[in-house]
Amino acid sequence: MIPELGHFCLILALVLALVQSIFPLVGAQRGTESWMAMARPVAQGQGVFVTLAFVALVYSFMNQDFSVLNVAQNSHSQLPPLYRFTATWGSHEGSLLLWVFMLSGWTVAVTVFSKQLPAPLVARVLAVMGMISVGFLSFMLFTSNPFERLIPAAADGRDLNPLLQDIGMVMHPPLLYMGYVGFAVAFAFAIAALISGELDSTWARWSRPWTTVAWLFLTLGIALGSAWAYYELGWGGWWFWDPVENASFVPWLVGTALIHSLAVTEKRGAFKSWTVLLAISAFSLSLLGTFLVRSGVLTSVHSFATDPERGLYILAFLVVSIGASLALYAWRAPKIGLGGSFDLMSRETALLGNNVLLVVAAGSILLGTLYPLIIDALGLGKLSVGPPYFDAVYLPLMSPLMFLMGIGPVAKWKKATLPEMAIRLRWAFGISVVTAIVVPLAMSAQTGIGTFSPLASFGILCAMWIASTAITSLVQRLRQADGPLLSRFARPTASFYGMLLAHFGVAVFVVGVTMVRGYESEQDVRMRIGETVQSGGYTFRFDGVREVPGPNFRAMEGKITVLKDGAFVEVLAPQKRVYNASGMVMTEAAIDSGFTRDLYVSLGEPVDNGESWIVRVYHKPYIDWIWAGCFLMALGGLLAVCDRRYRVKVRERTPKSGSETNYGPGSSPGSGGRPSPVGTSPLTAKLGSDPNYRPMDGGLR
Amino acid sequence: MKPRQKRMAIIGGGLAALAIVTALVLNAFEDNLLFFFSPTQVHAKEAPLDRPFRIGGLVEAGSVKRGPDGVTVTFKVTDTAQVVPVTYKGILPDLFQEGKGVVARGRLGPDGVFRADQVLARHDENYMPPEAAYALEQAKKSQGSLVAPAGGYGK
Repeated sequence: MIPELGHFCLILALVLALVQSIFPLVGAQRGTESWMAMARPVAQGQGVFVTLAFVALVYSFMNQDFSVLNVAQNSHSQLPPLYRFTATWGSHEGSLLLWVFMLSGWTVAVTVFSKQLPAPLVARVLAVMGMISVGFLSFMLFTSNPFERLIPAAADGRDLNPLLQDIGMVMHPPLLYMGYVGFAVAFAFAIAALISGELDSTWARWSRPWTTVAWLFLTLGIALGSAWAYYELGWGGWWFWDPVENASFVPWLVGTALIHSLAVTEKRGAFKSWTVLLAISAFSLSLLGTFLVRSGVLTSVHSFATDPERGLYILAFLVVSIGASLALYAWRAPKIGLGGSFDLMSRETALLGNNVLLVVAAGSILLGTLYPLIIDALGLGKLSVGPPYFDAVYLPLMSPLMFLMGIGPVAKWKKATLPEMAIRLRWAFGISVVTAIVVPLAMSAQTGIGTFSPLASFGILCAMWIASTAITSLVQRLRQADGPLLSRFARPTASFYGMLLAHFGVAVFVVGVTMVRGYESEQDVRMRIGETVQSGGYTFRFDGVREVPGPNFRAMEGKITVLKDGAFVEVLAPQKRVYNASGMVMTEAAIDSGFTRDLYVSLGEPVDNGESWIVRVYHKPYIDWIWAGCFLMALGGLLAVCDRRYRVKVRERTPKSGSETNYGPGSSPGSGGRPSPVGTSPLTAKLGSDPNYRPMDGGLR
Repeated sequence: MKPRQKRMAIIGGGLAALAIVTALVLNAFEDNLLFFFSPTQVHAKEAPLDRPFRIGGLVEAGSVKRGPDGVTVTFKVTDTAQVVPVTYKGILPDLFQEGKGVVARGRLGPDGVFRADQVLARHDENYMPPEAAYALEQAKKSQGSLVAPAGGYGK
């Protein structure tokens, strides 16, 4: 009964989505207010039904209803409750439902947080989101119904892929989808602006928080996926340039370009057409990513569907949506204009460089990802692009980007001068160079790997450059402010601190990548009981293997004692699991995480009639900094979203309470507790206090 | 500079940078294309000796052997028509099994032994790497065309 109700809810949601995508749009064109006003309630209704459908599927999984095909294929009676829950999106059908669930969540969020926006804009934005919803709901209902019955019911399920039975899988897909789908909001705003022809700095200010939130979720999702691959696949790598990873990374790169480009459009009114194009691209690439990952064209743990009908549908949907939005862009973009002018030496130029580099990087990764598929589709043979290609392309592209990251925040809008910037940045440069010489020497001495690695030195140079220039730009801001030192910290805006934190995160990330790349050590060795092996200054002693039971698997658990200079550090217990339902073998690595290093051990297979085992022993310096850096980037995004200027309009509508405290604890140190001058609105107060903020008259040029 | 010159400078600089990047990308791209060859093609000497490539098919039953160091593994990859010996040093993926599909990346030695630096198996019990499936299909087709006139066996 429950699955049928879920199915019925999906059909109702599709009907509402159709209404949502037609009436508000027509209403906005004609100026019919009642039709525009339909957008919010209908979108919310759609959200309710999609949520009910999602709950119905979760219910079926939690209650082990093996008469539902999806449950029978992806669950098992022995599966622990947590993984029963995550199995909901462990299949093609379930993950589509999750996609639509996220989309309706974002749509409802737009209906709630758009009170200050003009009605026609809201109507158009929600209509565009409704169209996307129609596409996915009809795809699900016609080709991949998650509630399909299995009659007679299976006695037991086929079990969830053991690789997905992991805590990382609880969070990774929802976060990633939140990011993917979140770009739909920026996309919808861009399309709405194209339809209306009104695209100015206020448009950018409305799009910015949505884009940043989507971006921060995508950042977390990718980071989590990378961490999952690191500890679950048992290979100890954190990024493989696998097509599936690339499919999520390309939208991230374009999304990163978009949030920077939006900053220029908001603050200076420049880059307008470009920003719109990026917004369309970011979402189109998210769709493409979904298509690549879900249609089964790529070999990976993510691909489920092998049904050509499904692949064809997604491809058609992709062609229609991307084609239509690009056609609309080509038609309307000339009306929007390019936006404000700027000098060659200015923050705009730095950000333009950022955009070009990010987009070129995205393009070259896309080339390496799609080319093999195209060649295969044309029947010209099977080939793949090796990871060295991505390394070779990515590093040269990212190096100037990291250099620009140092200059951009310090450079002035519109016009900056070279000597002035050189003076400002001389300390940062000096510190970076010194660190770039000292750190590699110290690392080589510590790990005994090489004597001086130029590549590691360059990585440290970039990281230190980003970090030290971030501090320089903070100091610069503090100097401009007046008053006692501590109160000066309250002057810069939350989005400024967010930017600093995100850039700092990049520096941390680069340190992690550089250190792992330059100084990790990996060994696969055969070990007898009591035998030891050295790695990265640590001694690993193999103390044997015992059998341990699990809830739905049996495991051989190794005991490996780690010593440093004879002193005990940790006992690591890697497992080799055999899952009962599928008979699948899984390696479960044991990791001792630390601030400056991870010790990573996994079991291979028994040799010499079980007397010894092949053991993989890794020493990974600073690897956790990679994910810590991503986390800081996401945190920076969060801080930027908390900026009060995104809520200024909301506040103007509410009666003045005379107190600033109702901004809540979520806002940054910059936005709380600063009284605005009497008699001015917060907006003008802000404009007066921020020397870099000049409102553009926007509009069409 | 006048705005016009400024714009030209930006566009010119942008185009020059783009040209450099394109050259860089295409060069790296060309160097790192990994072609796929089936065991039959390797036997027909179609596979290159001077660059890495990928082979795939089934792990021949009974062919997996460990070297004296315990870490080096040798096995044979077959597309049911031809067989290529492979050596690999390291831990094999969990789903690597005799009689099941496999794809290996590496170089072909002058002795005809394929030295793999990466071995991929399936991610899932019911799943065959598409390349391995492709190799088997190709072999089946060519066998089929040889035998077909007699009995219409194969595809």
